Amino acid sequence: MNVIETKDLKKVYDESAVAVTAVDGVSLSFEKGEFACLVGPSGCGKTTLLNMIGGLDEPTEGTAIVGDVDLSELSSRELVDFRLRNVGFVFQAYNLIPVFTARENVEFIMHMQGMPEKERKRRAEEVLTAVGLGDRLDARPSELSGGQQQRVAVARALAPKPKFIIADEPTANLDSKSTGALLDMMLEMNREEKITFLFSTHDRRVTERARRLVTLEDGKVAKDERR
Amino acid sequence: MITLIKLAWRNLWRNKRRTLITVASVFVAVFLALLMRSVQRAMYDTALDNAVRLSTGHLQVHREGYWKDKTINKTMTIKDSTREKIAAIENVAVAAPRLESFALVSSGPQTKGAAVVGTDPEIENRLTNLREKVVEGSYLEPGGALVASGVAEYLKLGVGDTIVLLGQGYHGSTAAGAYPIVGVFEYPMKELNNSMIYLALDDAQYLYAAPRRLTSLTLMLDDGDDLEETREEVVATLGEGYETLPWQEMNRELVQFIRSDNVGGIIMLAILYVVVAFGVFGSIVMMTLERRKEFGVMVAVGLRKGKLATIVFFESIFVTFVGVVAGSVGAIPIFAYFSANPIPLTGEAASAYEAFGFPPAILFSLDPGLFLNQASVTAVIALVAAVYPAFVVMNLQAARAMRA
Ligand SMILES: Nc1ncnc2c1ncn2[C@@H]1O[C@H](COP(=O)(O)OP(=O)(O)O)[C@@H](O)[C@H]1O
Ligand SMILES: [Mg+2]
Repeated sequence: MNVIETKDLKKVYDESAVAVTAVDGVSLSFEKGEFACLVGPSGCGKTTLLNMIGGLDEPTEGTAIVGDVDLSELSSRELVDFRLRNVGFVFQAYNLIPVFTARENVEFIMHMQGMPEKERKRRAEEVLTAVGLGDRLDARPSELSGGQQQRVAVARALAPKPKFIIADEPTANLDSKSTGALLDMMLEMNREEKITFLFSTHDRRVTERARRLVTLEDGKVAKDERR
Repeated sequence: MITLIKLAWRNLWRNKRRTLITVASVFVAVFLALLMRSVQRAMYDTALDNAVRLSTGHLQVHREGYWKDKTINKTMTIKDSTREKIAAIENVAVAAPRLESFALVSSGPQTKGAAVVGTDPEIENRLTNLREKVVEGSYLEPGGALVASGVAEYLKLGVGDTIVLLGQGYHGSTAAGAYPIVGVFEYPMKELNNSMIYLALDDAQYLYAAPRRLTSLTLMLDDGDDLEETREEVVATLGEGYETLPWQEMNRELVQFIRSDNVGGIIMLAILYVVVAFGVFGSIVMMTLERRKEFGVMVAVGLRKGKLATIVFFESIFVTFVGVVAGSVGAIPIFAYFSANPIPLTGEAASAYEAFGFPPAILFSLDPGLFLNQASVTAVIALVAAVYPAFVVMNLQAARAMRA
């Protein structure tokens, strides 16, 4: 069963003097439980593609279909709610709310979804423990290392059990040890919670671990390999 | 919702120093503004109050054209029945008949110009509380003179001594008379205190050869705010040939001085507030721009922009409000103390104050309106400044904000 399907997705940035075609006719589908990685050099269109799939950016042409929802048919307000209920995001940086503790950060989305306090507290603890931060529940982001912060971000994305998780270069700011640990953790979560992961990187160390590797070049799919 | 309040509250203290500096700048501005306005206001109120209570009353009835010339030849007669009707008007508390003119007052070699007021002692007392102002001797009675302390000192006279008044009477007659000083009084306004002599009305009418004639019927009102309505009633009661002037017209110099001084004060205040507004706005803009990526992430993960805008709006307003409240609360006890214990002025400053009819002291007004005014001005600044971050959030494009 496909969770995500893109049809001829195209994105042209034309505000500046020269129009840039960031994503150029991408048609891909991802199945439930996939652990897929977008690769390619900086500027090849990874972020733009992920943003369109996650309902953060609108395509110039084509469409992304998530489950049975065609994102191009949603208003911007509906898109916010779509993201809240269906997508977990992990960004390269600035993921966490600096004034909230790890636990509060993880609870935040579940809270906005309207999950009762007891349930979301328990779930936040459960997931933070699963990502190895059971002893740092009440630490603020500034008290955590970069790798730990990204784990909190993954925990936050994961905790509400979204349809899929989009992680845009989650390891870009991490050293190789933290990178390895984060990937191990993501793989484990993918296995345990059966959550679809869609992430990007231009880090060769990371690509080796992915089970599906989509290579982008100038906004086009150059290679799509499964292993 | 509680989470959102928690978020806003913690964000405030995220950059403690900046928040405190902003709060402090608002605090100082509000405090200074209040200080300035409170002192100005107290000064104006006291000066106007003195002028009305001790000198002109709220309203005066004259013969038409008297106020322009202030000559004894433009005195009037007024029927007793008319006078009674005016005194009976609802808002009229006191209606004092006066015959006022100028005279030279002498005692041996010393001579001085004086303002002579002939008045009914009992009615005058109800108007000006003159009896309380007596510092030596007794209160005014027919046959005697009640002399201001400045005049008595100048002439080196005291109770029991006799003064000689010399002036021009009605229609060119000579006015001359000798009166024993029955009492000395003191007025807080130097100008009045250096020139006033009270006589009984009959004595003054006799002195100026103007029997039954008055220069004015001076009215004190129960409620000074209803001045205009009462004035109209008085005018309707009188026939032709009279003028009924409000105190503003009779104290024109003072009113004008206050008006221009007040404009000066407001301009100073405006400058102060512009400086503070820029300070507050600057720190809010910085706070907003620094957090654009963070805002982007929050919107990306599903926080509605409206909610986020509300959070940052209240964060911004809060800083200003804390400053305003702290400034006002800090000001109240200090002002209350100095309102009860005015700071006396001496030397040149005192003379300058007195020259304009102000009491020679720094007074403080505790009028709640002052506090409300400052609070509302700062509230407007706060609201305007807080609109900016809310606007930024509402126009935020999450994907772009996170890239920037
Ligand atoms: N807002 C924008 N305006 C103009 N060009 C943009 C904008 N965002 C991205 N681009 C361009 O689109 C291309 C793809 O960018 P991006 O999706 O960020 O690639 P990647 O994530 O693979 O580095 C790049 O050439 C980038 O400069
Ligand atoms: Mg990118």
